[in-house]
Amino acid sequence: MGRGRQLLVALLAAPALALAAGDEVPLDRAPIDEYDLISLQRGARVYVNYCLGCHSASYMRYNRLEDLGLTAQQIRDNLIFAGAKVGDLMKNNMNPNDAKEWFGAVPPDLTVIARSRASPAGSGADWLYTYLRSFYRDPARPTGWNNVVYRDVGMPHVLWQLQGEQELRTEVVTIPRGNDEEDVEKREVQKLVFARPGSLNPLEYDRLVGDLVNFLAYMAEPVKRTRIEIGFYVLLFLAILFVLAYALKKEYWKAVH
Amino acid sequence: MAATEKPPVTGAGPFNGLLTWVDQRFPLIQLWREHLAEYYAPKNFNFWYYFGSLAILVLVIQIATGIFLTMHYKPDAAQAFASVEYIMREVPGGWLIRYMHSTGASAFFIVVYLHMFRGMLYGSYRQPRELIWIFGMMIYLCLMAEAFFGYLLPWGQMSSWGAQVIVNLFDAIPLIGPDLALWIRGDYVVSDATLNRFFSFHVIAIPLVLLGLVAAHIMALHEVGSNNPDGIEIKKQKDPQTGHPLDGIPFHPYYTVKDIMGAVFFLIVFCVIMFFMPEFGGYFLEYNNFIPADPLKTPTHIAPVWYFTPYYSILRATTETFMWVLAAGVIGYSALIIRSVEARAVKFTVAAIAAVLLVGFFTLEPKVWGVVLMGVAVLVFGLLPWIDCSPVKSIRYRGPLFKGALAVFVLVFFVLGYFGTQPVTTMGTLMSQIGTLIYFAFFLFMPWYTRMDRTKPEPSRVTWEGVH
Repeated sequence: MGRGRQLLVALLAAPALALAAGDEVPLDRAPIDEYDLISLQRGARVYVNYCLGCHSASYMRYNRLEDLGLTAQQIRDNLIFAGAKVGDLMKNNMNPNDAKEWFGAVPPDLTVIARSRASPAGSGADWLYTYLRSFYRDPARPTGWNNVVYRDVGMPHVLWQLQGEQELRTEVVTIPRGNDEEDVEKREVQKLVFARPGSLNPLEYDRLVGDLVNFLAYMAEPVKRTRIEIGFYVLLFLAILFVLAYALKKEYWKAVH
Repeated sequence: MAATEKPPVTGAGPFNGLLTWVDQRFPLIQLWREHLAEYYAPKNFNFWYYFGSLAILVLVIQIATGIFLTMHYKPDAAQAFASVEYIMREVPGGWLIRYMHSTGASAFFIVVYLHMFRGMLYGSYRQPRELIWIFGMMIYLCLMAEAFFGYLLPWGQMSSWGAQVIVNLFDAIPLIGPDLALWIRGDYVVSDATLNRFFSFHVIAIPLVLLGLVAAHIMALHEVGSNNPDGIEIKKQKDPQTGHPLDGIPFHPYYTVKDIMGAVFFLIVFCVIMFFMPEFGGYFLEYNNFIPADPLKTPTHIAPVWYFTPYYSILRATTETFMWVLAAGVIGYSALIIRSVEARAVKFTVAAIAAVLLVGFFTLEPKVWGVVLMGVAVLVFGLLPWIDCSPVKSIRYRGPLFKGALAVFVLVFFVLGYFGTQPVTTMGTLMSQIGTLIYFAFFLFMPWYTRMDRTKPEPSRVTWEGVH
């Protein structure tokens, strides 16, 4: 393992979260690629295994997953549980009243969550990618979990067996203010640190979350790839049309003196 | 019979017979001549003159896509959000129709704002085009209403809470306010009843009025003829033989081919946004609107879509302390009018209006005056034909006072627009208040600074340097 690689692992292991109280959490860039079908398939698998039980995707049909290079049979065999048909919407059977009692709020539908979570701070995928890696142990919460991106969230850390457990620790850091060694500012920052490892190492966990977020981003706008592809042809057509329209205008306007 | 007196149609090849038949029963050739083939437009139209025809293009796009959206959309609080996603995912080509409509909404305002700015640059609202301008202002009002009603339909959080904020403004009207707001909503919160009536306004009531006004706008334009970047009347210099303006050219084919070129260029920009950035960074499709409407959960930051934000800033600028500034403004401005007019009746009326306003400022809530200011900020454009007292129309021959005032006004419009998208801050409120004052000062002092300005003499013929 080269030095650079080691550094990378170290950086990813502690999701660069050092923040002073009250700061907005800076969002990490989600490593998503809507053309990486394998990643999208893995993301879909994580979604149906870990998310769908509570979070429906009720504007999405199972057979739309054929977009990801899967056949209807593969979808039936690998991604559908509980007897749904391949043409059904991706719903679950959780009773909203129960959900409210368990979590304090009904878990939101996630079909378009990646679009709704966008902000000037980053894309919706960036938010989700950071959020899913920012749970920490908090005995004060009913679920025993809290999250630095979404304070006091009702959702427990569903992927904890994979990621392991993080804790939020307060550290004092010194920031030099000038060239003088005495002239420093002491600031309290909060940092997520690993307390117990999970079944995946940090790199593997980040990749799994990356796949899941890639899938969520795809699901929020399944037509995105088609839209971009058609867009190029439309622009090509319009460019040619513009040349013709320009020539026509020039021809007529020769007569204007 | 009058029909037989009309000459048969020629020059349409195999269609001569059909067109003759129609023309003898309908003023086909007359309309064609008056509005296209023999409508003489100044030959010196520049870049700014594309936006009129582009506004028609966008109107057609909105109506055509709207018809198809209506086929699949469900105006029902329980189904509306899902039906939009259904259009985006399952209706073949539905995503394209929907993005055209959502991009078209913002494009409409961009085009119309530029079209209005053109009018201000070249004095297109001046005599004899006052009525064209008034119709245009009414179109602008309709467009705002159309956009406001339409924005509720996707039934996202911003749809619902944006409508809630605006309808609640009516709450501020003394005596009848709360009942009026309830009557508009049809419920105590923005709900299914509201969605249904807004849908009705959006798909039929407002578009009907809008189309009528567009027809009136064009008829009035073709009655008096188009203005041009020099702001002079081409009808004053006519060819003695033909009787056509010397600087005029038939709209068809010259401006039809030119506007087609402009339309294609516009469509290129439109398609770049529609295909590659349909949300336009959260300005054309707000991110929060991908969360279904929830009347129990108020979003932390409610911002209208960008085209309303200058006025939203003016609304938010009207705070308790700002009322003192407004009061000082009213006193100063009425003193100015009273000093500069002779008629006693006018002096008395102005003093009376000022007194009523001053009493009102400190008896009614500032919110009421915020709504009033917002409304006046939109309507005040309608006064331009009468408050612009410059001897010249076009910016080309105006002096530094008007040029400076217009530049500052445009800047302030952007500043107000920017702060309208942001959460409330002390700094933002202060900037909005300064902006609001400058915004109104541009109009209020126009009769004075346009008269004082050092203008240049207008030419007798339009500026023209050959083929552009």
